[in-house]
Amino acid sequence: MRIELQKRQAASGVFSYLSPFLALALTLIAGAIMFSLLGKNPATALYTYFIEPLTDPWSRDQIIVKATPLALIAIGLAVCFRSGNWNIGAEGQYLIGGMIGATLPVLFHEWQSPLLLPLMMAMGMAGGALYAFIPAILKSRFGTNEILTSLMLVYIAQQIVDWVVRGPWRDPKGMGFPGTKSFNSSGILPDLFKHSDAHYGAVFAILTAVIIWFMLSKTLKGFEISVLGQSPRAGRFAGFSAKQMTVFAFLTSGALAGLAGIAEVSGSVEKLDDKLSLGYGFTAIIVAFLGRLNPLGILAAAFILALSYIGGEAAQISMGISDRATRVFQGLLLFFVLACDTLIHYRIRITSSLKGKT
Amino acid sequence: MDVWVSIIISICAASTPLLLAATGELVVERSGVLNLGVEGMMVMGAVAGFSVAQLTGNPYLGALAAIVVGALFSLIFAFLTLTLVANQVASGLALTILGLGLSGMIGESFVGRPGIKMQPIDIPILSDLPVVGKLVFGQDLLFYSSIFIVVAVAYFLFKTRAGLMLRSVGDSHSSAHALGINVIKIRYLAVMFGGACAGLAGAHLSLVYVPQWVEGMTAGRGWIALALVVFASWRPWRLLIGAYLFGAVTIAQFHAQAIGVPIPAQFLTSLPYLATIVVLVLIARNRRLTMINTPAALGQPFVPDR
Amino acid sequence: MKKTLFALAASTAVMLSGQAFADSHSKTKACFIYIGPTGDFGWTYQHDQGRKAIKAKFGDKVETAYLENVPESAEAQRPIEAFARSGCSIIFTTSFNYMDPTNKAAGKYPDVKFEHATGFKREHKNVSTYSSKFYQGRYVQGQIAAKMSKTGVAGYIASFPIPEVVRGINAFTLGAQSVNPDFKLKVVWVSTWFDPPKEADAAKALIDQGVDIITQHTDSTAAMQVAAERGIKAFGQASDMIKFGPKTQLTSIIDDWAPYYVSRVKAVMDGTWEQSDVWHGMAEGNVVMAPYTNMPDDVAAMATKTAAAIKAGSFEPFTGPITKQDGSEWLKAGAKAEIGTLLGMNFYVKGVDDKLPN
Repeated sequence: MRIELQKRQAASGVFSYLSPFLALALTLIAGAIMFSLLGKNPATALYTYFIEPLTDPWSRDQIIVKATPLALIAIGLAVCFRSGNWNIGAEGQYLIGGMIGATLPVLFHEWQSPLLLPLMMAMGMAGGALYAFIPAILKSRFGTNEILTSLMLVYIAQQIVDWVVRGPWRDPKGMGFPGTKSFNSSGILPDLFKHSDAHYGAVFAILTAVIIWFMLSKTLKGFEISVLGQSPRAGRFAGFSAKQMTVFAFLTSGALAGLAGIAEVSGSVEKLDDKLSLGYGFTAIIVAFLGRLNPLGILAAAFILALSYIGGEAAQISMGISDRATRVFQGLLLFFVLACDTLIHYRIRITSSLKGKT
Repeated sequence: MDVWVSIIISICAASTPLLLAATGELVVERSGVLNLGVEGMMVMGAVAGFSVAQLTGNPYLGALAAIVVGALFSLIFAFLTLTLVANQVASGLALTILGLGLSGMIGESFVGRPGIKMQPIDIPILSDLPVVGKLVFGQDLLFYSSIFIVVAVAYFLFKTRAGLMLRSVGDSHSSAHALGINVIKIRYLAVMFGGACAGLAGAHLSLVYVPQWVEGMTAGRGWIALALVVFASWRPWRLLIGAYLFGAVTIAQFHAQAIGVPIPAQFLTSLPYLATIVVLVLIARNRRLTMINTPAALGQPFVPDR
Repeated sequence: MKKTLFALAASTAVMLSGQAFADSHSKTKACFIYIGPTGDFGWTYQHDQGRKAIKAKFGDKVETAYLENVPESAEAQRPIEAFARSGCSIIFTTSFNYMDPTNKAAGKYPDVKFEHATGFKREHKNVSTYSSKFYQGRYVQGQIAAKMSKTGVAGYIASFPIPEVVRGINAFTLGAQSVNPDFKLKVVWVSTWFDPPKEADAAKALIDQGVDIITQHTDSTAAMQVAAERGIKAFGQASDMIKFGPKTQLTSIIDDWAPYYVSRVKAVMDGTWEQSDVWHGMAEGNVVMAPYTNMPDDVAAMATKTAAAIKAGSFEPFTGPITKQDGSEWLKAGAKAEIGTLLGMNFYVKGVDDKLPN
């Protein structure tokens, strides 16, 4: 008995759509088993995780808050991954973007102006892009593995931000605690609706999704990204430069991660402190894959992952399920997404080993 | 003199988990597979080692459990990438995320319990020698294992036929397949070996370093191990040097603070990661070196055509 | 007819609200936001002991709930609000950086009582703050250290340079100097509250540098374990760590939150809860010293005497003459430190062999 893969002649359209749903279904089943093993009622647990947060307006609001940075970062990652560039350092770009974007409100604390917010967002994007430029140039000039460089830069970014909020940018009235002064009102990203915690970052996410979707599917650049990602050789014949694409992809991804960073700093935290790093840059990788590297799919995927976070908290409160279960869920989800994706390109056949050794 | 011995021993302790995990990953990558799930396998090994040691009272059984758990956990990755031909980068990440979450769940009831420490060995006369005694003859079993494994891997890769087969699979899996070598089977075994080593590295953390279980106690060491493999350009002896260099940098930051060297603590904490990047660039700049040593088929999916 | 209906409706309404009133008093819910795991055997463990004391004291009349590992940032706001929405009558947020989220939530849920540990902002009437004078215990420890040390140097593993930690370092130094004016203190900053391998490394480095007493302001038992291995005497932190160093622990500062928690919950049940700002110490039973072990009887006797004097209020560690590290005079002979200075402490006293980061 052996599992054999037979490459399909063309990628299966059916499974392209079905795969994420199949993955979700499998995750839910695995999750149900996990909950039973933990001694909790699986139906109640799944309900608390995935349905309950949808029923309450406050929870729905919180889901949007949580999904916004995930979506922004993941869209950028989609551009990178599609082109064959593995940006694992989005967390670092998110942090540096948040820090650079906060420069004006921190250094010119009293300055109020309608210009402040747009400047902050622009600087945030620039900061993230610049930080992403480092692994990009290292890869294109020196051939250095971008996975490792971008990852190491995450740890360095965390230290830089930590130093900045404890040292030069620390609020002198903050009693020695790390963190800048709270931004004045013109430096705070406004809320979407009254009484909402969701800020305009959500609008950025939706706009970005549409723009990038358009770029990927309707423009020459998008074609270039696709070709270089699937076959660098073919891309070379077509006259596309893989090196330039690396830089482009990383700059785009870095800019979006930086935007997510400054949006969070400005809209949610309203100052820069040492607690900005929450792992969104890594969770966004799951979101990107779950959304099949498609910006519109990513919006849905970000929503689902955010839902699992919020639901996880509700489950902690009402059922005593620990927060680690949420992480296991996410890992399982990515695992099943990857497994189900195989079905798109390959047919699975179970054969009996009639032949001898390969 | 005693102080220096003590410092070197603490460097050994910091370097051993890195060396163990990196050696395993070196073998995996030499077979052409890039497994980014080292952090996840390491932390699973840590929790397995700790919990079994707690339940049985024997840290050596714990280490054994860590090896088994690491190898089994790596099977998930192997199945995804070798049988289902999924994307290796994403699969490795999935393994890490799953490992961190799962280990947190398993270890929940063990947080805060004093661990059972694997004691350093004690050879009657040799361990009492001045200077050399404790350093060479008085460390724990995992330290000796790490050195042994590196030597064994070096021998295996370059002096045995099986090692040659493994390297050929990593350099060109299609050619190896044409020659009748079972590429998939070799890669499965390599991945499991990597998992076992990573698991053992994790056990070192929870059984020797600080006999405790803390969620996420690997704290990025798995990623440093990955960087070390590249740093060593996939050669075992360079790996040994690299691992000890990093261990030294980790320890140095605290000594620098204690002495009063006026460098911001954050800079000292960043040093290992900065050093990794610098080294990665230096290695990559020397193209010939990279090209000779990089397993050419690294990270590429392989599906046997019939 | 209308009048009767109206009367009926009104009386029903009163009855129902009376019922609700009675219901809300029949089951008070005390909820806790923890920064770490309850099994950390340090800070969070002690808070959880306080929660258990509430359950023990009030039995069925009180329900309790808790959330572990809540990030110390704006992220905390959601779980705090989730608690408020799930029927908690009083919410304890047990770490400094929950300050802003706690106050924001308090504004949105005026009927819920909030208790913030170690903070100073009380922006709404339903927020109280509370803390403990841990530094009193540090003074006693300093005295013991000076008596027990042969090298005259102790090692201090510090987390973050915030006033609470600096206070502890200063108090320890002053206590040591009262026994040995030339006593020195080496400080290592680990930039974390809880990271056993890092704390272990710091301890090893300090011991290799020649200290023979170890103390910490971090939350794990790693340093105690390392010290025990090397035969170095050490002080535990937040809870009694004797299990981890049976032959080497001298004493430990135990944070006993039970008296305060019980009294606050009782106030909620009786309807007498009012906003307060409380800084209790040995006198009120918040700071307790673990049994004095592994030391000669005369040292234990000295420590007991000092602790008793602090508890009785006849002695206060920060009493002049005290010189700052830069040589300037801080307190004249007999003068007591002002609370404000203590709360925002950002300077060392003479004798601390370290430069404050920032």
